Amino acid sequence: MSQDMNLTLKVWRQPGPNAEGKLETYKVVANEHMSFLEMLDVLNESLIAEKKDPISFEHDCREGICGTCSLVIDGRAHGPQRGTAVCQLHMRHYKDGDTIVVEPFRAKAFPVIKDLSVDRSAFDRIIQAGGFISVSTGQAVDGNAIPVEREVASQAFDAAACIGCGACVAACPNGSAMLFTSAKVAHLGLLPQGKVEGKNRVKSMVAQMDKEGFGFCSNIRACEIECPKEISTENIARMNRYYTHAMINSE
Amino acid sequence: MRLNNKVPPGPLKNKWTNYKSSVSLVAPNNKRRLDIIVVGTGLAGASAAASLGELGYNVQCFTFHDSPRRAHSIAAQGGINAAKNYQNDGDSVYRLFYDTIKGGDYRSREANVYRLAEVSADIIDQCVAQGVPFAREYGGLLENRSFGGVQVSRTFYARGQTGQQLLIGAYQALSRQISTGQVRMYNRHEMLDVVLVDGKARGIIARNLLTGSLERFAAHCVVIATGGYGNVFYLSTNAMGCNVSAAWRTVKKGALMANPCFTQIHPTCIPVSGEYQSKLTLMSESLRNDGRVWVPKKVEDAEAIRNGKKTGLDIPEEDRDYYLERIYPAFGNLVPRDVASRAAKVVCDEGRGVAPTGLAVYLDFKDSTMRYGKARANVLGLNGTGDVEKLGKEVISEKYGNLFQMYEKISGENPYQFPMKIYPAVHYTMGGLWVDYNLETNIPGLFALGEANFSDHGANRLGASALMQGLADGYFVIPYTIGQFLSAEIRTPSFTTDLREFDDAEDAVRERIEILKGIHGNKSVETFHRELGNIMWEYCGMSRTAEGLTKGKELIRNLRKDFYKDVFVPGRIDEYNPELEKALRVADFLEMGELMMEDALDRNESCGGHFREEYKTPEGEAMRNDEAYTYVSAWEWNENGAHKLHKEYLTFENVELKTRSYK
Repeated sequence: MSQDMNLTLKVWRQPGPNAEGKLETYKVVANEHMSFLEMLDVLNESLIAEKKDPISFEHDCREGICGTCSLVIDGRAHGPQRGTAVCQLHMRHYKDGDTIVVEPFRAKAFPVIKDLSVDRSAFDRIIQAGGFISVSTGQAVDGNAIPVEREVASQAFDAAACIGCGACVAACPNGSAMLFTSAKVAHLGLLPQGKVEGKNRVKSMVAQMDKEGFGFCSNIRACEIECPKEISTENIARMNRYYTHAMINSE
Repeated sequence: MRLNNKVPPGPLKNKWTNYKSSVSLVAPNNKRRLDIIVVGTGLAGASAAASLGELGYNVQCFTFHDSPRRAHSIAAQGGINAAKNYQNDGDSVYRLFYDTIKGGDYRSREANVYRLAEVSADIIDQCVAQGVPFAREYGGLLENRSFGGVQVSRTFYARGQTGQQLLIGAYQALSRQISTGQVRMYNRHEMLDVVLVDGKARGIIARNLLTGSLERFAAHCVVIATGGYGNVFYLSTNAMGCNVSAAWRTVKKGALMANPCFTQIHPTCIPVSGEYQSKLTLMSESLRNDGRVWVPKKVEDAEAIRNGKKTGLDIPEEDRDYYLERIYPAFGNLVPRDVASRAAKVVCDEGRGVAPTGLAVYLDFKDSTMRYGKARANVLGLNGTGDVEKLGKEVISEKYGNLFQMYEKISGENPYQFPMKIYPAVHYTMGGLWVDYNLETNIPGLFALGEANFSDHGANRLGASALMQGLADGYFVIPYTIGQFLSAEIRTPSFTTDLREFDDAEDAVRERIEILKGIHGNKSVETFHRELGNIMWEYCGMSRTAEGLTKGKELIRNLRKDFYKDVFVPGRIDEYNPELEKALRVADFLEMGELMMEDALDRNESCGGHFREEYKTPEGEAMRNDEAYTYVSAWEWNENGAHKLHKEYLTFENVELKTRSYK
């Protein structure tokens, strides 16, 4: 059977958006089958039992697909495991006696709401700027009317697998949203259905991204390393090509 | 109350066509003057809000999440059904309709299900046009696979993330409407009550989850698309935030809750590992296309596996019991979910379960790995020289890679090497708000879509049909049927939120919050939720008895009393407070759970996901009682516990009621 693990957590506590925050130290007993978030649940239950304010962190599906969870663990967005959202990180990767530092995603465009929860609504506004295909319900032709090369569909899928968590921004020293934005531009731009309004899309989305206060891209590629869905920075190159093309060919 | 299902007259296959041609329309200039509230942004809510916005209505859309894209539809893995017959394997609208009615054990409404099958093909077209990257064949055309309870390949998919891709499609359509201002989006707003004016649904009270303030929103009608209530069991495959509250608040205002006891226990989930567990993870049904389900024939072997002395690999072929293939040769591993789940329970109850808890069976990919490996070796021209197993694993990885990876992350075991261990878990709720053919509840102007309503899946839902229903309701049904209500409202000016009805509703919500916050007890919300889950699973889970249900109902009532005496909600009311949000949701689950027990107790038969031990055939199969129970149970909640049952009798004019057999 599994052994208990005695852990020390240093957790960022910040009462509100404008309040000052600091790291607080907690002791928690975990076991190897728990997920990281279940370990935080255990800690929160003990805080509530002492009538203290539990640590606020965001989470929902706990199976790595909704993109809600957003922690920086020991300096890494979503923790040490490649291709893994925090909710899929399990305690078997830690050992008895470990000290773990837990912080929120940090970026100018992601203000802290409370403790480990941040506001990522800027991502919604980037999508609203053009991250869609303008087709209203009922206008579609038959699903097989336009064949799509298998490889192209597969590449579009790889880009579309983005869960909108924001780890790319948190991982980037510049706080850039290039990976997120380019994943959407590539997903839609690769498909014949999405090519039609490709020029406008890339221009509007990039403009919105800049307006939200995200930083520039300097090809560090930390975003790709920390992305729980391993979205490739090739998409950034693709977006840059689309963007250049759109600017050169603008009316 | 007489329930009028408003099913249009005429032959089944013409009903929807005739309805669409004759339903009252709202002219574009009038649409601009009509306001609609949509609560929820999953497949049903997002597709409805987007489509209604495109038509020109003023839409206000709400989600408790930080973004509409987080709704739990996103986690659906396997696929979406559509009667396209692209595979030339004999599929048709009628066959999809028939499979769904039969799969639901003849407890759903024929006309609604037929309409669902009819619009299914349009959904695929719409999603492709939106840029959903479905799986494709080498020729560039759409690929299909097979799901449980059917004998054709009609399931469209995007690797193991179909729900994600479809939801992103709907989210993007919604985002387009938000950008034009046609939809006003309210993130982090949780609906805490519906407001009725002269008996019609005209608004909601929502709590701004960031500030804690109560806000009022008015409209000509309200659409509820807030999903199912599986989290009443605490442990389920639902996301942590999934809840019944929006739907339940309408029940408290007089809406009827239909077939609440019809819950789906999904056969292939990762087994429970410990007390601290917060949720369960599904392994897609698509895995049963290629995985074979088995347990050891001998109890001694199962014991050795449980004690860690043997693994599944040590059990020779002749000592394995592929029980689904043995009992149900016609459908084998692809029997419907309720049948597969019950069979797993039976073999584990016999002592043949394979996890330390005794609650798990194997899902084994060995045979399909070898089969695919040989096929690929042939394609590559290796004729018996290649490493067939390695090639086979590559094919399995292409098909199910993300699922295998997820399994390994959670269980810590490599499923390419050892057979997966799986066990049934709560997954979906077929029950929901009672709606008529227009998807309108018994409260005029209050609509319910997707998993939040009861209409299409009867007592058991077939795989890949939830995505189909959510999108059918949102894209292709509500845009027409809402016109039936709104065409009579074109002279009704927009409502303002200073009406007395809004004052009263807001006061009631505030009082509810203050009561919870004021208890200052000693137990966390989580403690109560977990206890509720234990009671539900024990007495209202995979098998039920009159005795157990009676006891369970009593236990829930006591737990509820205890909750209002001893719960502790930390933090303040007027701030971001996830514990308070949870407390309000659990308070509603504590009532919903009681109604589920009541409903299960009333239904003296076994059908679909509802299995009463007293009603089974000598072989242990579910025994329906068509004479007495061919009805929808629509419950009116009563605060004193005297809940009132209203029956909508189901008439089957197009299919013959048969004992469901997958043998």
